[in-house]
Amino acid sequence: MSYQDKYEMVCGVETHVELATKTKIFCGCTTEFGGEQNTHVCPVCLGLPGTLPVLNREAVNLAIKAGLALNCEIAEFTKFDRKNYFYPDLSKNYQTSQYDLPICKNGRLEIVVNGESKTIGITRAHMEEDAGKLVHSGESITTSDSSYVDYNRAGVPLLEIVSEPDMRTVDEVIAYLQELVQILDYAGVSDCKMEQGSVRFDVNVSLRPLGSRELGTRTEIKNLNSFTAVRRCLEYETERQAEVLNEGEKVIQETRTWDESQGVTLSLRTKEEAHDYRYFPEADLVPLKIDREWVERIRATLPELPAAKRERLKTLGLSVYEAGVLTSSKAMADYFDQVMQKYADAKIVANWIMGDLSALLKANNRSFEDCPVKPYQLADMLKLLKKGEISGKIAKTVLEEIYTSGKDPAVIVKEKGLVQISDQDALEKIITEVLVQNPKSVADYKGGKEKAFGFLVGQVMKATKGKANPELVNKILKEKL
Amino acid sequence: MTISKQNIEQIALLARLRLSEEEINQYTEQLNSILDCIDLLEQIDTTDVKPTAHGVELFNVLREDEVEPSLPREKALINAPETEHGFFKVPKIV
Repeated sequence: MSYQDKYEMVCGVETHVELATKTKIFCGCTTEFGGEQNTHVCPVCLGLPGTLPVLNREAVNLAIKAGLALNCEIAEFTKFDRKNYFYPDLSKNYQTSQYDLPICKNGRLEIVVNGESKTIGITRAHMEEDAGKLVHSGESITTSDSSYVDYNRAGVPLLEIVSEPDMRTVDEVIAYLQELVQILDYAGVSDCKMEQGSVRFDVNVSLRPLGSRELGTRTEIKNLNSFTAVRRCLEYETERQAEVLNEGEKVIQETRTWDESQGVTLSLRTKEEAHDYRYFPEADLVPLKIDREWVERIRATLPELPAAKRERLKTLGLSVYEAGVLTSSKAMADYFDQVMQKYADAKIVANWIMGDLSALLKANNRSFEDCPVKPYQLADMLKLLKKGEISGKIAKTVLEEIYTSGKDPAVIVKEKGLVQISDQDALEKIITEVLVQNPKSVADYKGGKEKAFGFLVGQVMKATKGKANPELVNKILKEKL
Repeated sequence: MTISKQNIEQIALLARLRLSEEEINQYTEQLNSILDCIDLLEQIDTTDVKPTAHGVELFNVLREDEVEPSLPREKALINAPETEHGFFKVPKIV
């Protein structure tokens, strides 16, 4: 029994994305990941008395850029506010954020689930500072009597992107997150390194009886850092809420946390402490006026976004699936475009990138960002293949060789003697020998066994170490049999 | 608008202040007189006045995205009541 038999899920997501600036949002400390604890801090991000924050121009540029990529309206007037709460991950006891006048609002993006398109609304996107990290000392959280704080991350610029509660299935949520992260990656507003916490999700989820139009009571699950975690968490939480409702009880509106190891969500806050953030304007920062010229200047720097790229790839004759895979990361899509500039056969280039090259990268735990085979090298290899200088089988060997040695394909082919044998006389000689050595297969073939032909081709390839021109082998074999 | 004793207790909880019964009575009275004073402002017609976001008529104060040196860690930690392994040490937070 699944919750879907009786209920419909309603879900919206808040996504926190670290903007790709060199320095923090209000001070000159580096945003570099890692680093010894409390070494990327200064009086401003430590919130020492008497210090004043000054807004990073690049953080504003990137927030505008993200907003444009997500079809948002960019505010002409925006300001910062203080969100007050006591938690040692921020030393000031408030987070500098934006409340009633966010920099971006009313955006949207398109998702496709099971072949159907759907628009997901983006309510708003606002700038804020990231918090520090808490580390629990001692053997475990339960036995330790203290926590450690590292403020290196405190003050890293964040954009919080709030979606409308437009998603109705877990698949829609995942499609939304994938599309969102892809857009942010393409736009270059964040490095989008999920494993380093550059992107984190809070999901708001509720159930309502099928057919109902009213919203049920929701819970919020905070700080999910991967698509898998979001999926597992939502699968658990929907079933949990369904059980509560089925027993005639009410879902409590609360914040919950996802326990990865147990695979459950747990209540995080009690009712008495229900959040009251007492937002008020941040008097330490003056407001921003964003004139339309500034917005247009940023718009001009926007690259082709994933949806447009997928459409363009389809016009090159690629399938929806191929266009989807090739655009799944900006690095892979850029790689495809670069190869295409030197070898413009989309289907063949796509096959090699999605097949052999992806497999090589995967086996070595690398990505297209640091692919050892340069785009021009793949293009050169494909040219050799097309000209018939190497066979398809040899091409795979050449690709591996480029991968490990970094040498150009023409050099590899020459050094290793991999040039394809397209010499009619030479091949005829070899084939005659093969036929003499395999009288049974010859007889089988003549007796109608098609399979024997393939075996004979294989023997010729073996004798030539894979260098025989396959078309020519087929042709000569057919003539001789 | 008047502030009740319960309001004061709630505000004290959010501000992490422990108040005695006497202080609660005192603050209830004081905050109410401050609010009475602010109520006077309500009498002014503000129909054509735009909301103020900041007390100073200044906009777009921005810095360039250039890295500046951070504090040496010893200095960053110097005022902390407790430190360990280069971290600020605080009471256990769940």
